[in-house]
Amino acid sequence: MAKRIDVGGLNAYYGGHKAIEDISMTVEPRSVTAFIGPSGCGKSTFLRTLNRMHEVTPGGRVEGKVLLDDEDLYGHGVDPVSVRRTIGMVFQRPNPFPTMSIYDNVAAGLRLNGRVRKSELDTIVEKSLKGANLWKEVKDRLNKPGAGLSGGQQQRLCIARAIAVEPQVLLMDEPCSALDPISTLAIEDLMGDLKERFTIVIVTHNMQQAARVSDRTAFFNLAGVGQPGKLVEIDETARIFSNPSVQATEDYISGRFG
Amino acid sequence: MSDVIVDRPTVSDSAPLPPAGLHRPRLPRWAPAVVAALAVAAGVGIGLGAGLSSRAQWGLIAAILFVAVMYAAAARVEGLRQAKDRLATSLVWVCFLLAVVPLVSLLWETIARGIKVLDGAFLSHSMAGVLTIQPGGGVYHAIIGTLEQVGIATAIAAPIGLLTAIYLVEYGRGRLAKVVTFFVDVMTGIPSIVAGLFILSLWIIMLDFSYSGFAGSMALAILMMPVVVRSTEEMLKLVPNELREASLALGVPKWRTILKVVLPTAIGGITTGLMLAIARIAGESAPIVLLVFGSQVINNDPFEGAQSSLPYYIYEQWANGNDASYDRAWAAALVLIAFVMILNLVARAIARWKAPKTGR
Repeated sequence: MAKRIDVGGLNAYYGGHKAIEDISMTVEPRSVTAFIGPSGCGKSTFLRTLNRMHEVTPGGRVEGKVLLDDEDLYGHGVDPVSVRRTIGMVFQRPNPFPTMSIYDNVAAGLRLNGRVRKSELDTIVEKSLKGANLWKEVKDRLNKPGAGLSGGQQQRLCIARAIAVEPQVLLMDEPCSALDPISTLAIEDLMGDLKERFTIVIVTHNMQQAARVSDRTAFFNLAGVGQPGKLVEIDETARIFSNPSVQATEDYISGRFG
Repeated sequence: MSDVIVDRPTVSDSAPLPPAGLHRPRLPRWAPAVVAALAVAAGVGIGLGAGLSSRAQWGLIAAILFVAVMYAAAARVEGLRQAKDRLATSLVWVCFLLAVVPLVSLLWETIARGIKVLDGAFLSHSMAGVLTIQPGGGVYHAIIGTLEQVGIATAIAAPIGLLTAIYLVEYGRGRLAKVVTFFVDVMTGIPSIVAGLFILSLWIIMLDFSYSGFAGSMALAILMMPVVVRSTEEMLKLVPNELREASLALGVPKWRTILKVVLPTAIGGITTGLMLAIARIAGESAPIVLLVFGSQVINNDPFEGAQSSLPYYIYEQWANGNDASYDRAWAAALVLIAFVMILNLVARAIARWKAPKTGR
């Protein structure tokens, strides 16, 4: 199920602008890796390079290697569509499909990929919604529109949608930044469960959250406005938050940044 | 009106602004209605007194009086800032009426004059064997012609227009997209008579086909295509990028994302745009005059021989210049308006039925 990601010498561009420079790191399987850093330092961009979503942006371009268990995602002949099937993503703002019911939203990934058998689908939808801690709340109204749920429920619906296609890795781009503390707690608990089965990478601005949920933490920084973002260090979360090896990390975490 | 606050909170006595509380004197709620009524009365009075024959002048006087009196009253009672607000509100109302009056009067005129001869026989008979000065006859052949020509034009223009818009929004990058956009813009401005002349020279003169409903359909399709492209493009741009990304991130190929996520989200707006485009070409008469030739009898075959159409029929009847023909022209105009209106209602219904749902 879960796979390891090895990144080597990765640069990403928006047109002529270099957004991130020379990033190398390893994301361990069956663990939560958190990305922290100031706004504009390229955390989200880097996250999007991990499942080839970066190139969806007009002008988006990537150099370097991303190995998923020794298979280069940017290698010749790799289909971005199958990469994204293997590496799922949850976005900052909940984005359920507005034309679809709750059930259809969860089933969307499978259905749109053309693998459908009704009975099998029922099982998967139930399993995914249970996996996203949403089943109890919505089991009586699966045919109601997904956009009618609350923000936190919508975000868990999006997580259910992402795990329904059984990815190996789950990327989460600030999944709680639009949510209240209770929904945030629900999703953090969920991450703890999900890391048994998936490799999870999460971008967050909330350092307590990084400290709570992640096993390893990567700190990103940028030298100045218009400069590309860089990876400063990556280490065990406990170490990053108690005794980081780089001064900039300590400054950022303790709020003495900038 | 407002009640004066007697014991206001202690504010320094030197404060120059008169009322210190949150209450300000307000005009009563019924003031605009009363001023409007008075303005209309005054407009009519002045119009009659000064012997102005045109009702438009009466209305203009009433409108100016209404705006001016509202502004003056508000400035006196409520202060200058509120007066400006009232001024803007009054102007908006006046403009609204200016826009509605012609519309209502047009509908009223058409219904009042058209209803006279509009009955089952009118809808189910052609003009075959009816002399222009005789009453009777009907519009059936023109309805058939319009339905067929507009139907074929839609069948040609809608798919091309839709696919062009999808290309421009979802795939188009660089030069080709710019060129396509430019030509769509140019096409939007083509006068209908020019589209007719183009098909005339290509289809009838060069390729030597004869007059037919289909020739007219092609000219209508040329007129319809840019409208469809434009409206569909706008609707597709309204679909949030996040939905596309959500679908792509699930490992759904791009074409399926467009087909299953983007189009269903925008389908309501796309349908409305399509219906408006159909309504626009349903009223075209110039290409029909050139290419379909016009006919007094029923011709069910759009690919062979002359046909009629509703706008052409109206033009033709009006040109006859006698009372029986005038009646028929108005009745046909009413049929055409009803046709367009039904199309619009259908579009609304589809848009509502297909619109993204938010209910719980």
